[in-house]
Amino acid sequence: MSDTTMDRLASHMPKFLRRADTAVVTAFACIILLLFLGSLYSSSFLSPAYLLQQLKVASFLGVIATGMMLVILLGHIDLSVPWTVAVGAMMGCAAAAYGPVGVALAVPFGICCGMMIGLVNGIGVAYLRIPAMIVTLATNAVAQGLMVVYTGGYSPQDSAPGSMRYLATGFTIPGIPNAVIIWALIGAVMVFLLTRTSFGRAVYGIGNRERAAYLSGLDTRRIVMIAFAISGGLSAFGGVLLAGYASKASQSMGDEYLLPAIAAVVLGGTSILGGRGSYLGTVAGVILITLLQSILSVMQMPEAGRQIIYGVVIVVMLLLYGRTPANR
Amino acid sequence: MREWRYWFAEQRGTLLALGIFILMFIIYTSNHPAGLTANVVQTASNKGVLLAFVAMAQTLVVLTAGIDLSVGMIFILTNCLASWLVVGTGIETAFGVVAVLGTGALCGAINGAIVIFGRLQPIVTTIATGAIYFGIALLLRPFPGGSVNEHLADALTGKLFGVVPTSLVVLLAVVLVVWVPFSRSVLGRAAYAAGSSEIAAYMSGVPLLRAKFAAYTLAGTLAATGGLFLTFFTYTGEAALASGNAYTLFSIAAVVLGGVSLYGGRGSAIGAIFGALAFRTIGDLLFVFDFDPLWQPLFQGVVLLFAVSLGAFGLFRVRNRLDWFQ
Repeated sequence: MSDTTMDRLASHMPKFLRRADTAVVTAFACIILLLFLGSLYSSSFLSPAYLLQQLKVASFLGVIATGMMLVILLGHIDLSVPWTVAVGAMMGCAAAAYGPVGVALAVPFGICCGMMIGLVNGIGVAYLRIPAMIVTLATNAVAQGLMVVYTGGYSPQDSAPGSMRYLATGFTIPGIPNAVIIWALIGAVMVFLLTRTSFGRAVYGIGNRERAAYLSGLDTRRIVMIAFAISGGLSAFGGVLLAGYASKASQSMGDEYLLPAIAAVVLGGTSILGGRGSYLGTVAGVILITLLQSILSVMQMPEAGRQIIYGVVIVVMLLLYGRTPANR
Repeated sequence: MREWRYWFAEQRGTLLALGIFILMFIIYTSNHPAGLTANVVQTASNKGVLLAFVAMAQTLVVLTAGIDLSVGMIFILTNCLASWLVVGTGIETAFGVVAVLGTGALCGAINGAIVIFGRLQPIVTTIATGAIYFGIALLLRPFPGGSVNEHLADALTGKLFGVVPTSLVVLLAVVLVVWVPFSRSVLGRAAYAAGSSEIAAYMSGVPLLRAKFAAYTLAGTLAATGGLFLTFFTYTGEAALASGNAYTLFSIAAVVLGGVSLYGGRGSAIGAIFGALAFRTIGDLLFVFDFDPLWQPLFQGVVLLFAVSLGAFGLFRVRNRLDWFQ
């Protein structure tokens, strides 16, 4: 769709829609389309129970994608998500084996381990100036190695303690799952960080042009390092929630979250080159991906078909609005 | 004398990789219980050649300042395809080999077309197409199985004249037939130019798009060659996600060890091949020293992290701090 047709369409829209990002609008339109297609297939698709269940499943991806978005806004990428998720889950469960103190510290300990991985990523990217893709792949491999060694010698505790299960599946406010509340809180903090603090300004600045940000007096390296640490912590928190949801931690539980996390951020209109994007888009992307997954599994699509549809949807949607401008 | 020095400066990365490989291989064979025999060399070369093909594929794309995170998946897809097609009589087998290589080329061409004409970022594109290729591999082989023409497989994984591993000879042949002509052709130089400075290359009228497209397509073909060899070694096809991811990761490690710049425009596939052989040998050192195989993933990860951190030494040469941010 060319820009001119979009503009012409936009002139007929209400004001709040006209000001919105094309990508965000497209993503929300796709969500409505998916819900419509789903309701044709089965009438239970529009029931509040089903939608709330989808929102709960989406919140795990949402927490992980929040961290991913922060890193992508900087113009970097975090490919260490799979094993950071697994480390968060496994370390959280492991801490719970050490008495009541361990149970109390299970969640923070899991998140801390993830932040450590993120910190290594951040130091590599910011201070050693190694491409983010490479550092994060390498730390992913190291985290995998550590977990293989950790689980190989003996069988550690892998069942999730009550606190983790409560966070993922409990209800503090009747009717709304805790996981959704957590995602909303994290989302609110992220929106505040990105739009109301100097840290957020700096993130967008570095994403646009790091040299310019550096010359205007920002300690860009420290900000990049902090962003990676936050991303690692959020990935691990996602792992903690997942372990609580499945009530146990397993080795490959993070594998299926890397592609969806990147896809959710990018489909939400955040530029993969950094510097541009809104959290609302990421929310739309997360819900879109989760609904797509849900509809494919309701249709009993085998794993192979799911992978193919997934890849095709991402490529096609990006071709619709994620293209870098022709610079000639 | 002068020219010799220029050549040395240009090939420093490759020579360093060769040095690391020779050192590691000496440590490996001198501690191997069987010592330096033809069989030990054959096994080592068979394992190394697989990664070498995938690393060559990665090099071609990295030279153009791109990255291909789907090489491992093309490798797995062609492995599954070969376990269906490379069977039967001589003609059927030959047709199968051509079909497998053609599929690899097609996968690479799709990547190239999306990146070049669709103007999407290589990272996201190849992660997404990698998912598609893996899905197709799963369709072909939901469960491990299949077979391969065993005469051909044994011939290509055995020893020539009882000494030289055939797989090494094939690797050498591929280098001579694919890499040497490519790197000396206009397209090859254009691929280097695209990675070095795309704008300058465009201004000089270099055939950028064709060069990039050729690089992605050739990368797919080389990854398919690797997949073909995997089938020859294992006699089966298997759609293993972990194995595909590992080969993608190791190919990047091999490229870095082989002195190819990840920013593009510098390095050679020969270096990446030595990088691949060195990385494989380092990974196998643990077996020779009788460590628990449990430690292997951690060891390989640490080696990888260490290898990529070596790039940070360039920071000491930076005079202007603005050069930190490229």
